[in-house]
Amino acid sequence: MITVEKLKKNSAKTPADEAKKSDKYYYASQWSLMLRKFRKHKLAMVSTYILLFFYIIVIFGNFFAPQGTEQYDGKYVNCGPTPVHLFHEGKLVGPFVYGLKSERDPETFMNTFVEDTEQIYRLRFFTQGEAGGEYKILGLIPCNLHFFEAEEGGKVFLFGTDNMGRDLFSRVILGGQISLFIPVVGMLLTLVLGLFMGSLAGYFGGWIDTVIQRMVEVVRSFPQVPLWMALSAAIPKTMKPAQIFMLMTVILSLVSWPDLSRVVRSKFISVKKEDYIMAARISGAPAHKVVIRHMIPSFTSYIIVNMTMSIPSLIIGETTLSFLGLGLRSPATSWGVLLQETNALETIMFYGWKLIPMIFVFVTVLAFNFMGDGLRDAADPYK
Amino acid sequence: MEKNVILEIKNLSKVYESKGASVKALTDVSLTVNQGETVGIVGESGCGKTTLGRCVVRGIDATSGQVLFHTEDDGVIDFLQTTKAQMKKYRKDIQMIFQDPYASLDPRMTVFDIISEPLRYNSNLSKREIEEAVGKIAEQVGLNKAYLRRYPHAFSGGQRQRIGIARSLILQPKIIVCDEAVSALDVSIQAQIINLLEDLQKEYNLTYLFISHALSVVRHISDRVLVMYLGKVVEFGETDALFANPMHPYTKALLSAAPQPDPDAVIDRVVLEGEVPNPAAPPSGCHFHPRCAYKTARCAKEAPPLVEHGDRMVACWNCGCCSEAD
Repeated sequence: MITVEKLKKNSAKTPADEAKKSDKYYYASQWSLMLRKFRKHKLAMVSTYILLFFYIIVIFGNFFAPQGTEQYDGKYVNCGPTPVHLFHEGKLVGPFVYGLKSERDPETFMNTFVEDTEQIYRLRFFTQGEAGGEYKILGLIPCNLHFFEAEEGGKVFLFGTDNMGRDLFSRVILGGQISLFIPVVGMLLTLVLGLFMGSLAGYFGGWIDTVIQRMVEVVRSFPQVPLWMALSAAIPKTMKPAQIFMLMTVILSLVSWPDLSRVVRSKFISVKKEDYIMAARISGAPAHKVVIRHMIPSFTSYIIVNMTMSIPSLIIGETTLSFLGLGLRSPATSWGVLLQETNALETIMFYGWKLIPMIFVFVTVLAFNFMGDGLRDAADPYK
Repeated sequence: MEKNVILEIKNLSKVYESKGASVKALTDVSLTVNQGETVGIVGESGCGKTTLGRCVVRGIDATSGQVLFHTEDDGVIDFLQTTKAQMKKYRKDIQMIFQDPYASLDPRMTVFDIISEPLRYNSNLSKREIEEAVGKIAEQVGLNKAYLRRYPHAFSGGQRQRIGIARSLILQPKIIVCDEAVSALDVSIQAQIINLLEDLQKEYNLTYLFISHALSVVRHISDRVLVMYLGKVVEFGETDALFANPMHPYTKALLSAAPQPDPDAVIDRVVLEGEVPNPAAPPSGCHFHPRCAYKTARCAKEAPPLVEHGDRMVACWNCGCCSEAD
């Protein structure tokens, strides 16, 4: 009986629905077809949401970070993460942190912090706190609103502090501003370079192609890290962080354009032979119209895929440079700068929380890779 | 009916150069096409049929030769060496229908954009006039007007080929090169498209260059047939005469290879020996001689010219030897 009813229900639903569905499919442009396919890639969708979340947090970083980049507290050096509690002695208090007591380990004589369960500091949200300091929303509107803060006298370090008593949670967020945006800006520069060189090579062919391909091979055969190092060693130490930021994007894109230019070139060459390109020429389309109306649209999706896939290597690049001390320097911060502190054995032994920025690098790179994977599967909906 | 020559192809050659080797895809191909007729071009794959078609529409540039187009005002222009202004004026007179209805439509454009694209480059019609023209042509080739906003992926092969036909017709050309226009379709759809092509031909007095390897289709639609082998014309004549009495040994072999629908028919099949030679290193003399059952010493030395033999043109030193043998 149930199956019969089910069938009835299904058949009652199908004809109109199906027609609507297929109609939508027939009128779907390339981009909506791509979106349909991309949505089916679960991992890519999850990654996209994770990345969106990261970027939103980072864009409004000063709001979400309880401290600014320049604040530190000498009393709380190398303090571990302070857990946020909800219950005190079985009673619901709402989110709060305990006070911190400094103790010396009798064996190692190391300073450690333990929770002082006598003191309770509630977390307050949307505070106009001076603790976090003033900042400008998107660099424009001055503001001192912060997402959360502990009550007067309390300290909340979600990810612990570093060896200068700076809140790691804030620094991860503010470092993310650099680490997540250098790759994007660098990628845009890469795109311009790669598109230009690739289309020159692919469209004209001949000796232009040969010259550009040899250049690509030369750049690609350099070991990346030493090349980055050589280039960034040329950055004067006295430069402002913003200038260093710009130069770093240039350095990264100078090393990464060859891959994109190869994709563009090969697409140009393969598309040139498509029947519909010849059809357009026979119908009298001038060369530039053929390129703009038919050739470039046919591989924009591939370029987007390639761009997404190239971001991880740029993130790693920035992290590597900063880790090696060749990129940004404190107090300016990025995930690579934060990881500089981890190059001592004691960090791994005693201050495990300082490795937290690595998790973010890891998750971001993975997410970009998965998203790129999904985009690649969706890139050509006609195959 | 008086025959008005509309297209003369003279000594058309196309050589593909690559490192160390040059491939002669077309060697001295000459033919004349009369207005309103259909010339079928047959041959096995790799013989240069498609190259010929594409050279004629200037989809690719021929190495040498002339494609003389007779304009309405009795002028003659070489389509391969036109000035820009002439090209703009006459490009629309020679259009093409492609073999692959999937590859020849830009998947990123709506059907309306695809069909109207040639108009946008060749006329100054208003948006409204373009819409009218496209609607009219769509109706004529049997496309529902409601479908014009759809994308090509919504259509089957036969419908896509109708879109391709509409695109080639919208400029009201005089000559259409049909490059294997029905080969990629089901047999039943083939029949529909062929009927459509014939109807359109009657209505607009179109001239077709019908390139195909399907002999039955060519026999049905063509007034005259050109047989090619390895980039050269081997025989050119009236369809009925040529099919009834092939005068070149290759034509005979080709025709006998065509499947017969009648199961009781006795097929006197000529089985060719060997394979099609490498076009980069064609045989000396007559390209066909290594596989020819009637070859003589002369065939290996000198290439036979295409000369008139009775009702047709044949390129064979021993012309007619194969038909006499019957």
